[in-house]
Amino acid sequence: MSTTKMPAARSKKGGFNLKAFVNKYGILLIFIGICCLLAILTIDNGVSIFLKFRNIVNVLRQSSVIGIIALGVTFVIITGGIDLSSGSLVAMIGVVVATLSKEIYGLPIIVPILAGMLLGAGAGSISGVLTAKAKIPPFIATLGMMTIARGVGFLITQGRPVDNLSEAFQVIGQGSILEIGKNFFIPFPVIIFVLMAIISHFLLSSTKFGKYTYALGGNEQAAYICGINVDRQKIFVYAYAGFLTSIASIVLTSRVSSGQPSTGVMFELDAIASAVIGGTSLQGGIGTIGGTVIGTLIIAVMNNGLDLLGVSSYWQQIMKGLIIVIAVIIDTMRHKNKN
Amino acid sequence: MAEEYLLDMNNISKQFPGVLALDGVKLKVRQGTVHALMGENGAGKSTLMKVLLGIYIPETGTIRFDGVEHKHMDIRSSLTHGISMIHQELTPILHMTVAENIFLGREPLRNKFGWVDKKKLIKQTQALFDELEIDFDPSKMMVELSIANMQMVEIATAISYNSKLVIMDEPTSAITEKEVSHLFRMINNLRDKGVAVIYITHKMDEVFQIADEVTVLRDGQFVGTKFAKEIDKLGLIAMMVGRELTNFFPKEDAEITDVKLEVKNLTLSGKFKNVSFAVHKGEILGIAGLMGSGRTEVIESIFGIYPPESGDIQIDGKKVSLKQPMDAIKAGMGLLTEDRKLSGLFLPLSVQDNMIYSNIGKYVSKFGLNNKLIHEDCEKQRIALAVKTPSLFQLVVNLSGGNQQKVLIARWLLTEPDILILDEPTRGIDVGAKSEIHKLMTKLAQAGKAIIMVSSEMPEILGMSDRIIVMHEGEKAGELSRADATQEKILQLASGEALAI
Repeated sequence: MSTTKMPAARSKKGGFNLKAFVNKYGILLIFIGICCLLAILTIDNGVSIFLKFRNIVNVLRQSSVIGIIALGVTFVIITGGIDLSSGSLVAMIGVVVATLSKEIYGLPIIVPILAGMLLGAGAGSISGVLTAKAKIPPFIATLGMMTIARGVGFLITQGRPVDNLSEAFQVIGQGSILEIGKNFFIPFPVIIFVLMAIISHFLLSSTKFGKYTYALGGNEQAAYICGINVDRQKIFVYAYAGFLTSIASIVLTSRVSSGQPSTGVMFELDAIASAVIGGTSLQGGIGTIGGTVIGTLIIAVMNNGLDLLGVSSYWQQIMKGLIIVIAVIIDTMRHKNKN
Repeated sequence: MAEEYLLDMNNISKQFPGVLALDGVKLKVRQGTVHALMGENGAGKSTLMKVLLGIYIPETGTIRFDGVEHKHMDIRSSLTHGISMIHQELTPILHMTVAENIFLGREPLRNKFGWVDKKKLIKQTQALFDELEIDFDPSKMMVELSIANMQMVEIATAISYNSKLVIMDEPTSAITEKEVSHLFRMINNLRDKGVAVIYITHKMDEVFQIADEVTVLRDGQFVGTKFAKEIDKLGLIAMMVGRELTNFFPKEDAEITDVKLEVKNLTLSGKFKNVSFAVHKGEILGIAGLMGSGRTEVIESIFGIYPPESGDIQIDGKKVSLKQPMDAIKAGMGLLTEDRKLSGLFLPLSVQDNMIYSNIGKYVSKFGLNNKLIHEDCEKQRIALAVKTPSLFQLVVNLSGGNQQKVLIARWLLTEPDILILDEPTRGIDVGAKSEIHKLMTKLAQAGKAIIMVSSEMPEILGMSDRIIVMHEGEKAGELSRADATQEKILQLASGEALAI
């Protein structure tokens, strides 16, 4: 108790602390390592297919939906909770948004978007209230929400996909900006992902909302004694996660031009995996948006790279599982050192 | 010749970094007797018991148990030697039956595939219960039992191992009076069977009701062993407190002015009742009492963590309603909680983040938080309190206990409170940090703050308080001025005795 533990490799002023550096940027280094490896392995006729602009954009676009969900899930996990409802919410919100953007209704594009956001934030708030006020464990509260949302999606559409969406709505997921010639462009989903990541990063690292999020996961009892409205904060966090899920749903629905009640299966687990690989601790109190973005990209790059290398998708699943487990083992070992 | 003593611990010393927890202590327990072990918090009772159970290896001394001499005990074999302990905090497996709990790991089996013979298990337990006159169903789930009945199960477990020595650590701290008398019948029953009982307690009455002999420890040293018949309460108190009070805790004079906080007839059923006191600006009010006397509950209740059911709280003569900690903070209060890990620190976060949480509203600006101001304020506190940390961004978990405590004090100082409540402000921290915190308390009092300090440490209470109130079983047992207060008087009040005038 009375001994002060200092980091083994103490950094002197201006000195370089390797251990602290690896601790902080380890996951980024791993990501860069994987990219370099794939860049070399996919060289064909002197050109790296992996590094082709079109491929990189493709990877980013594919990762954007899970990535946006994972941003919100990161907040939830930092509070010490979990959100299992994301995948089903993507489907439920998707069919509602698709219905409202059908060509024949001719509603302005803002209507489905706002409706989707409200629905997402509302569903998230309900999970939050169940956890904060009814004291139901988040695992159960969001498991309930997951099942209900899935049912509602099927109920609204009687199990059929909703098609024939307006042109304007389809632009969200399919359009792009900065088109310079045929070979340079940035798809909207990527822009939205980046934008949401920046907003989330700011919220988490530089606002009261973010500090309270960490406080809840760090020590809920202490947070209460410090005068934090613990219940309200929890509800807000789940609402924010629901809101981001609705953004992801809008992007996905627009990209595939269809509201699919059966879509989004396992999205919540991919999102949780992204956060965890990015260093978010399921114990709560630890995690960053930067880490989660890298976590998302690691999964996306692995899938893409293994595709390019012709490895079967069955193996891809196995690789993903291994990465998750290894990430958590590293995380656990890091914590053991501290205690 | 038969052994005179079942247990003979001699010259036991145990050193921890910075403290000599036991210094040549002896404990001799006769077969078929109840031996009370007394002493204040930190006297060394638990350490001695941990040595007896083999959890700690002592530096010197010998332990002679049941005619066999040991250098030290082995934790794995203490049960087979015939020693079992009933802890203050019981840890049964709640969702298994009583019988399963008792015979855990040694269930009667029907065959060699490990099928448990449930009928035989119940029958064995019932036989044990009959022998001990315990009258509830062995097939009940543990979770359905009261704390008192869980204790009975633990005692039955001890007997089922044929224990020759049963250690009970404050067994009456969480049970009702009626249950206490049942427990005492049970203990008498054990004594009649020839079992020796070491009975750790803070309560004087119990010693005279149940014990044959009593050993008193103080500050890790052996004070004496007496027959209960040969001593009275005052004699016992004298043994427990006969310590030289060095002026370790010098509260310097501060100008004591108006009443800042006054509480009247605060009641919360099951915790405390009719508690009234006032604390003035510039004053340090000490609250003493045994663990479980309601000290912590009263101040946590005032702070709004669980508001009182009835009674008034007044600040500056005006009645206030504090329904949650947020209200108390707004009213100018700060609370350093008893257990810094459980309800104080955010262990995964940095020193700086730990400091700002009670006062975060101050730093909200249009665009996020004002990080520059946060850093300046925290840096000021770090310097003022001499918090030893390589940087404010260091994780708080890496700091020593004393420095963690300073971080928490800094958290409350940042809110610039008028009333500061400190629950065990120096528990488990080193001497240096301790005296720094005491100096700081004086400084705060001199700055006109009203301070309430709950403490289990007698020297701290006597040295730091301008006035002392003593709690006993949820009620205010008495109030002493600094000049009047002595260790004897505090202990008398804390153990429910009227003061001899």
